[in-house]
Amino acid sequence: MRLPCPLCGARDHREFTYQGDATMLHRPAPDAGVDAWDSYLYLRDNPAGRLHELWYHDAGCGAWLVVERDTVTHKVFGARLAREARP
Amino acid sequence: MILTGKGRIDRSKDIGFRFDGRAMVGAPGDTLASALMANDVCLVGRSFKYHRPRGVLTAGSEEPNALVTVGQGAAAMPNTRATMQELYDGLVAQSQNRWPSLDWDVLAVNDLAAPFLGAGFYYKTFMWPRAFWERVYEPVIRRAAGLGALSGAPNPDRYERAFAWCDVLVVGGGPSGLMAALTAARGGADVIVCDEAARFGGRLVYETDNIGGQPGVDWADCIVSELAGMDNVRLMPRTAVTGSYDGGTYGALERVALHRADPGEAPLECHWRIVASRCVLCAGALERPIAFANNDRPGIMMASAVRAYVNHWGVAPAGSMAVFGATDDIYRTARDLRAAGVDVAAVIDSRTAPRDEGRTNAREFPVYQGAVVCDATGGRRGLREITLRLADGQQERLAVGGLAMNGGWSPSVHLTSHCGARPIWNAELASFVPGADAVPDQSVAGAAAGAFSTAACLQQGITAGNQALLALGRSAQAVTAPEAEDAPYYVQAIWSVPGKGRAWLDFQNDVTVKDVGQAAAENFVSVEHMKRYTTQGMATDQGKNSNTAALAVLAEATGGTIPGTGTTTFRPPYVPVPIVAYAAGAEGRGFAPERRIPSFARARREGAALTEAGLWHRPSYFPQRGETHWRQSCDREVQMVRNSVGICDVTTLGKIDIQGPDAAAFLDFVYANTFSTLKEGRVRYGLMLREDGFVMDDGTTARLGPQHYLMTTTTAAAGQVMRHLEWVHQGLRPQMDLRFISVTEQWAQFAVAGPRARDVLAGLVKEPLDMQGWPFMSCGAVTVAGQAGRLFRISFSGELGFEIAVPARFGAALYDRLLDRAQDFGGGAYGMEALNVMRIEKGFLTHADIHGRVTAADVGLGRMVSRKKDCIGQTMAHRPGLLEDRQELVGLRPLGAVKQLIAGAHLFAATGPVTPDTDQGYLTSACYSPTLETSLALGFLRNGRARHGETVRMIDHLRGIEAICTVTDPVAFDPDGGRMRG
Amino acid sequence: MAELMQSPAVLMPGAMTVGTTCLAVWDTGPVTAVMPYRGRSSGLAAAMQAAHGLGWPDANRVSQAGATLCVWSGLDQAMLVGVVPDPALVGHAALVDQSDSWAAVTLDGAEAADVLARLVPVDLRAQAFPVGYAARTQLGHMPVILCRPADAVLRIMVFRSMAETLLHELKEAMSGVAARGKG
Repeated sequence: MRLPCPLCGARDHREFTYQGDATMLHRPAPDAGVDAWDSYLYLRDNPAGRLHELWYHDAGCGAWLVVERDTVTHKVFGARLAREARP
Repeated sequence: MILTGKGRIDRSKDIGFRFDGRAMVGAPGDTLASALMANDVCLVGRSFKYHRPRGVLTAGSEEPNALVTVGQGAAAMPNTRATMQELYDGLVAQSQNRWPSLDWDVLAVNDLAAPFLGAGFYYKTFMWPRAFWERVYEPVIRRAAGLGALSGAPNPDRYERAFAWCDVLVVGGGPSGLMAALTAARGGADVIVCDEAARFGGRLVYETDNIGGQPGVDWADCIVSELAGMDNVRLMPRTAVTGSYDGGTYGALERVALHRADPGEAPLECHWRIVASRCVLCAGALERPIAFANNDRPGIMMASAVRAYVNHWGVAPAGSMAVFGATDDIYRTARDLRAAGVDVAAVIDSRTAPRDEGRTNAREFPVYQGAVVCDATGGRRGLREITLRLADGQQERLAVGGLAMNGGWSPSVHLTSHCGARPIWNAELASFVPGADAVPDQSVAGAAAGAFSTAACLQQGITAGNQALLALGRSAQAVTAPEAEDAPYYVQAIWSVPGKGRAWLDFQNDVTVKDVGQAAAENFVSVEHMKRYTTQGMATDQGKNSNTAALAVLAEATGGTIPGTGTTTFRPPYVPVPIVAYAAGAEGRGFAPERRIPSFARARREGAALTEAGLWHRPSYFPQRGETHWRQSCDREVQMVRNSVGICDVTTLGKIDIQGPDAAAFLDFVYANTFSTLKEGRVRYGLMLREDGFVMDDGTTARLGPQHYLMTTTTAAAGQVMRHLEWVHQGLRPQMDLRFISVTEQWAQFAVAGPRARDVLAGLVKEPLDMQGWPFMSCGAVTVAGQAGRLFRISFSGELGFEIAVPARFGAALYDRLLDRAQDFGGGAYGMEALNVMRIEKGFLTHADIHGRVTAADVGLGRMVSRKKDCIGQTMAHRPGLLEDRQELVGLRPLGAVKQLIAGAHLFAATGPVTPDTDQGYLTSACYSPTLETSLALGFLRNGRARHGETVRMIDHLRGIEAICTVTDPVAFDPDGGRMRG
Repeated sequence: MAELMQSPAVLMPGAMTVGTTCLAVWDTGPVTAVMPYRGRSSGLAAAMQAAHGLGWPDANRVSQAGATLCVWSGLDQAMLVGVVPDPALVGHAALVDQSDSWAAVTLDGAEAADVLARLVPVDLRAQAFPVGYAARTQLGHMPVILCRPADAVLRIMVFRSMAETLLHELKEAMSGVAARGKG
C-alpha cells in the first residue's frame, strides 16, 4: 500500500504508523462529560467503505495525516495534514 | 532421448551434472528437465501421498512432478522444479520423497493401499487415542508424505531484496508482452519487462511459427535487442512477478545466480518490490491436462511441453508417441513431432468434429475423431501402452512410449485476482478470464486475456501499450503488428474421461476425480472446502494444472455450473518464494540497527557485557578479575556508587529540545504536572499520561531559557514520546507556536553518581559545583575541558549525582576522562544492572513498573495530576473506575525462609486459597540489594498504600516458588533523600 | 587542562570502492536544524537569503549557495549545512545544533542509485529524484536524509549512533550489486 503524503509524495506504507479513526482530532472539552469522553476514546464506527484515518509519517517528514481510504477496496482518495484538517 | 540434429540449443558442448549420484551430460541451454530427458531419465520423482512414479509433466514453473533437491549440505535447495533449473557445470540434484531409492521406493506400498487412502482418510482414521496424534501419527505421516527436506543448517547463501520503479511494468515477455513493452518504450515511458524464463519470447521460443516472415523466435530476439538498446527499458529475465498489491506495487522473484556454477558474492535470488504507474499483464496461459485412468504415468506430458522439448531442446520422452486433446494444438504437436523424427502413432481428437477440416485433418497421421484415452499402462520407467475408447464405444490398445495431452488453455488470471477481484467464466473458451478493471491501473493482453492466436496477442500488446501511454499522459505510438498465425481457437471442454481406475486431477497432491467426488458426497461442496478436504490446489504449484478441471468435476458432482461453483481465491505468490528471499537483508543489523553509545569503545575495553535497550547496546555490567557471575559485578558496582563514585553512559535517554513562545503552555498540556512555573536553570520530574488517564512515560525536563526546554524520556520510549508530542501539537494544538526536535544523538551524556561525584567533576568542569550554585535539580551551561557542555544535578541512583553532557563527538574522550578520574577515587563504571538495583532501592520507576496499565495514583503520584489545568489524560485520570480499589505501588521484602523475589510473580493473602479470585497483585521489579543486604521488590498490591507492614504471599507458579513478604513503602533506601540532595 | 579529543562520526579510513560505486565520508561541517515559527517562514527566508545567500527550501529540495546547503528534512524543518547560522535567524526560527547528530556519507558512481534501491523504499531514479532533491525516508530500519548533489552522487545522513550499521548495510548492498555484473 502507498500513501500520498502531502509533503513527501507517495510513499510505501512501511514509512507510516497507523493510528485509527480521525475522530481523535475532535477532543472534547474537559467538562464535556463521561459520555463524550467515552465516545471520543473508545467508540468507533467500523465502516465497510470510506474512512478518514490518522497516519503518522514516522520515517518521513514527521507529519500527522488524515488519509481518506476505502476499507474494502483499499483505494486511497487523498491525504491532508492533520493540522489543516481540523474544523 | 536426444533427437539428433534437432532443437535450437547446441548439443555439441557438454555440461557435466549428477542426478541421484549418476554422472550425466547435458548441454548449455538445457534445464535439468531437458537434460534428464536427453539422458533418457523418465522417472524423476515419487508422488506426495501414494509414492507413484512420476516424470516431467511440463516445461515451466507450473511443474507439479519434477521436484528435486539441488545442491548439497547446508545450501541444498529442496523442491526445485527441474523445469526451471538451468543446468550448470557440476550441478548435483537428488530426487525426493523416496527410500531407499527412486527406483525401489518402500512406501510405494501406499499405492496398493490406495482404496483406503482417499481424501479425508487421515482425518477419519487417526482419531484416537488422542495423544497419539502428536507423538505417533503425525510424525509417521509427515515422513511418508512429503516434499523435499531442508538441511536444518543455517543457509549460507546470499539473498537480496530490492525496490524498483517504472512507468509501465510488463509482466511476461511473450508476443503480447514484447509488443506492449516496445510500444510503451517507443512512447518514452520508463518500462520494466519481467519474464520468468531465462529467455524472452514466451511460446515463440518453443514453437515453429513464423512472424512477419521469419521464425518467431528470431523475431522475438530482434524486438528484445531493440528494447535492450533503449535507456528507458529494463529487461528482467528469470524474474517471476509473484503478486499484485495495493497502490501499483508488485512482488517479483528474480533468479539471479541459481544458474551459475559459482555465484561468488552475487545473491542467489532477489525479491523485488516493483512500483509501477501502469501494469500490462501478459502472463500467458496454462495448458490443462485431461483426467483419465493412470494419466500420471511417466511419459505422459502436456502437449505444449512436448513441443518445447522437441523444438527447442531437441529431446523427446519417447520415439513413438500419441497426442490426445481437445484443441487444434494436438495437430500442431503431431506435426512438430513428425518433423523431429518422432513416430506419431495416433492423434486422438476428443472433439466430435474439428472446426477447420482443411487445416487440421491433413491425413499425415492416424486421427481418431471423437475418441478419448481411457487408460494408460506402464512401469516406473515410462509409458508402454494406452487404451482408446473410440467414438463408437469400442476400445483399442496402442503401444506408445509417450503421450502428449491438451485439455485446452486457462489464461493466467492470478495477478488480476490478488486484489480481491474474481475471474469470469467464458463458456466459448471453457476458461476463466480476467474481469474488467480487476486491478487498478492494470490491463491484460494476449493469452492471459483469452486471446490464443499469435496475431491477436501481438495486436493486444500494442493496444495495451498505447493504453498505458495515454494513461501516463503520453502519445500513442503507431506500431504495426507483423503478420502472424491467426487460427481460431476451438475447444470442446473435456475434464475427465469416465471409467474405472484413478484419474489424476492434481498430480502434486495426488488428488483424483474420485477424491473430488468424495468431497462432494461428504458435503464439502464449496470449492474452498473441497480444496481443504482433498488438498487439491495446494503446495508448490498451487493447482496451476488442476484448478479448472477440479472445480468442473466438483460442479458436475454437485449438479452445479462451473461459474456457479467458482474458483478458489488466488493469493500471492504466483510461484514459490523462499522465505529467505522475503527476509533478505532482515537479519542481524538489517533486522535491528545497532545503536552505539559514545563510550562504546572504552566499555568494550573494560570488558562490559552488553545488553539491548531499544536499539541501543548498553553495558549491563563490567566484570572485573575474579568475578564469575553478573551478581558479583552488580553488587560491587552498587556499593561503589553508594560509597565512592560511578560513571554511566546515559546518552540513550531520549532528549527533546523544545523551543518557542508556547513551549511552556505546551508542556503544561502534555505533562500532568506544571512546567510553566519551572524557573530557568531548574529541572523538574514530569509525568506524562495517555489520554485515557494511564501513565505513558516519565522523565525530567529542564528549563534552559525563557522559551527553551529540554525534555528527557525513557530510552525505549523516545520514539513513542516524540510521536505523541507531534500528535498533540499537530492534531490537537496546532495554534501553539513552538518547535521541537530530538537531540538524543547530539549530546553525549554521562551520569556521575556517588559521594565523590563532585571530586570527579571538579577537575573537568571549569565552574565551581558548590551547593549554592548547583543545588539539587539545577541545570546550566558549563565548560568541560574547554568545550561548551551542559550539567544537570539529577540523580537516578539516590546518591549525589550529576549528568554531564557534551556534543557527541567529544563523548568518547569525556567518558575516558570521567572514568579515569573516578577510578582514582576508587570508583568506576557501572552498568544497567547496578542502575536498576539502585533505582529499586530508591523506589524510582521504569517501564517495568509503568507498563501501560497503571495510573498516576496507582504509583503514588496522584497529586501530580493537576486539576487546575487541562492536560492530556487529566479528565480520564479522574474517572470513577480509576479512583478506588486499585492495585497500588508498594515495596516488598522477604520475611521467611525463601528470600527470592521474582518480577511477574503474583501476590496473595498470607493464608487462604490461591485462585484467580484471590489474586491481590503482582511484582514488577525485583533485585538483591547489596546496600540493605536483602532481596527487594516493587509491585502492585490491592489498596497497598494502606497496607504497609502487612504480610503477603508471593507465588510464582511458573517456577514453583512461594515467599512470605512484608509490604513496605516503595522507597527502601534513604527515604528522606538526604544523600542525593546533600 | 588538555582539550577533549574529537571522535569521527563515521569510522572509515578514507573511501572504499566496490564495483563501480565509491563510498566516502561526507564531512558536513556545522549542521543546524532550522524550524520556522508560525507565520515566520517568509521572514526566515529573507534572513537566510541576506545572511547566507540561500532561500528556504521547498519540500523535498535542497537550496544551495556555494558550500552552504539547506536540506529540507521534514514538516517545518530543514538542516542548514556547512555554516553556523547567522544570529539574524534567531527569532524567526528555532535553531538547534545538530552537528554531532548525524553521520554522513557519499555514494558515488553510476550504480549508486542501484545500491540504495536495495535499502531505500523511495524512487531514486534520476527523473523522480533529480539533482537538487532531498528526501526524508528510511534506509533499512534507519531514519535518513538523502540528497542528490550530482547525477551519479547520493548523500546519506543517518543518526550518529547508527553509523556502523549504515556502513555494514551499504557494503552488503554494494557487493551484491557489483557481483551481478560478473555473471
